[in-house]
Amino acid sequence: MDWTALSVSLRLAAFTCLLLLPVGLWLGRTLATTRFRGKPLCEALIALPLVMPPTVLGFYLMQSFGVDTPVGGLWQRLFGSGLNFTFSGILLASLVANLPFAVQPIQRAFETVPANLREAAWCSGLSPWQTFLRIELPLVWPGIISALALTFAHTLGEFGVILMVGGAIDGETRTLAIAIYDRVQAFDEAGAGIMSAMLLLVSFLTIGVVYGLAGRRRWRRA
Amino acid sequence: MPELSELPSRLSVRLHQSGPIPLDADFHCEAGELLALVGPSGSGKTTLLRAIAGLYRPASGRIDCGGEAWFDAGQRLSLSPQRRRVGLVFQDYALFPHLTALGNVMVALDPLPPQERREQAMAWLARVRLDGLADRHPGQLSGGQRQRVALARALARNPRVLLLDEPFSAVDQVTRRRLQRELAMLREQIRIPIVLVTHDLDEAAALADRLCVLHGGRSLQAGPPEALFRRPASAEVARVLDRQNLFEGEVVEEGGARRLAWGAWRLEVAEGLAALPLGARVSWYLPPSDVVLHRRGRPSQGERENPVQARVETLVVLGGVTAVTLAFDHTERTLSFEIATHAARRNGLARGEPVQVSLLATGIHLMGAETPPDMTRMTR
Repeated sequence: MDWTALSVSLRLAAFTCLLLLPVGLWLGRTLATTRFRGKPLCEALIALPLVMPPTVLGFYLMQSFGVDTPVGGLWQRLFGSGLNFTFSGILLASLVANLPFAVQPIQRAFETVPANLREAAWCSGLSPWQTFLRIELPLVWPGIISALALTFAHTLGEFGVILMVGGAIDGETRTLAIAIYDRVQAFDEAGAGIMSAMLLLVSFLTIGVVYGLAGRRRWRRA
Repeated sequence: MPELSELPSRLSVRLHQSGPIPLDADFHCEAGELLALVGPSGSGKTTLLRAIAGLYRPASGRIDCGGEAWFDAGQRLSLSPQRRRVGLVFQDYALFPHLTALGNVMVALDPLPPQERREQAMAWLARVRLDGLADRHPGQLSGGQRQRVALARALARNPRVLLLDEPFSAVDQVTRRRLQRELAMLREQIRIPIVLVTHDLDEAAALADRLCVLHGGRSLQAGPPEALFRRPASAEVARVLDRQNLFEGEVVEEGGARRLAWGAWRLEVAEGLAALPLGARVSWYLPPSDVVLHRRGRPSQGERENPVQARVETLVVLGGVTAVTLAFDHTERTLSFEIATHAARRNGLARGEPVQVSLLATGIHLMGAETPPDMTRMTR
């Protein structure tokens, strides 16, 4: 059992969820509540990682993370190290790859909140922030839970993108999914089996916990 | 028991814009008055209500309430909905589905300390007779109960204006009658302007002190329902108010007296003819109550007043009342009125039969302006 790889995987999944949550809330709400030119293009760009082969996405990310590119160069100037083959690199890649999983459920949830609920809240004296926290958030809660569950589970299982951007550096970029592949390559099927079972268990627990949370609603929509 | 502000606050609204939703409205509502905005769908009723609430910002105009400017396009002033303090009951009530009835009302009492909020919200629920259902979520309430929660939530804020957007359209008829009666009773306790948007003319006439007739975003006429129904300012108003007996005639002189020429007849009119120039084409309206059917073979009251011959086009028996429409040779328009069904039987009224009726001179209402031809096409 490669505990280091499990810890890299869990850290990656947790950070991805944490960082994507505000992004998903902002993008999902904006896309659901406003109309603007170029919205279909915006939605298509967000959905792109869903349909792209992970190795292709990983390839382009790897290319754009090089120190002689704008993204990689900027990162190098800011933090003094490159992005490829680092934890920061696979985290950034994971954020891009998981964007649709975080945005789409939240967007769908905001779309089901009638616009006049917001207006009713304003007319009742709630500020836009209070309206967001006390009226909108409780109503889109199931969408947020779905987004987190999908992002977490998908990050744990991500293989192609991580391998392309991060390789398999122990303690840095070797996630559990990659460790399993390495074990199989080394004919250690027993080790691979234990880790696979571990990944299965963690995935199942995550999904179970979040769906349990989402199901705890006492009200039904009128 | 929570009390509403006793400050007199007159609401006055003057808005204008050419698009995207054309508006040209000018009306006011006194404290304690119920003003109904009536008009067909698309006439801008809801848009005006939203503008008063601060949810819609028109291109130009001004909204004042109790001497305070809420909106002034000239000065680029527009208070937020939060600062206007309006109570708005939405057409579908817009209750917060995740909060209980009590929670919904408490939202509107936000600035108060929690214990006081709770007490006041309970008092408001009691006032709309929902005290036993405070812990129910909107999904567990009937349409009428939801409407009451929405009303309690709107009033709990101690609003300076109460706005009701088709508040009775989503409930069955029995509930509607009961809620209307409750609103009429509630009105005696609150001294703020109440603006009701409705497309139901009977409802508007029953509940409102004054109606404001809207068409295509324009406010055409405002006044007490009875005055508007009997004396619409124009043919357009008459059509919006679903008045049937709308005709056109010409001002003529006969034997030294002014008459209204209508086909072969020269009608006496009690009021308004003298002010019009000879030869003017005018629209005129006659309330159905001012049509008197002559009895066959026996003279009846008012027989000599504007007698005209017609034939019965349709007879529709609606229980004890029969709706009659009469056709004439000189016009395609028909004259409608109602008589008791037994009277229709006794007079032997039947489709195609010739009849004679009197058009009471005091009922004939002249409307100066000729109907523009495009309006005629639109409604024909």
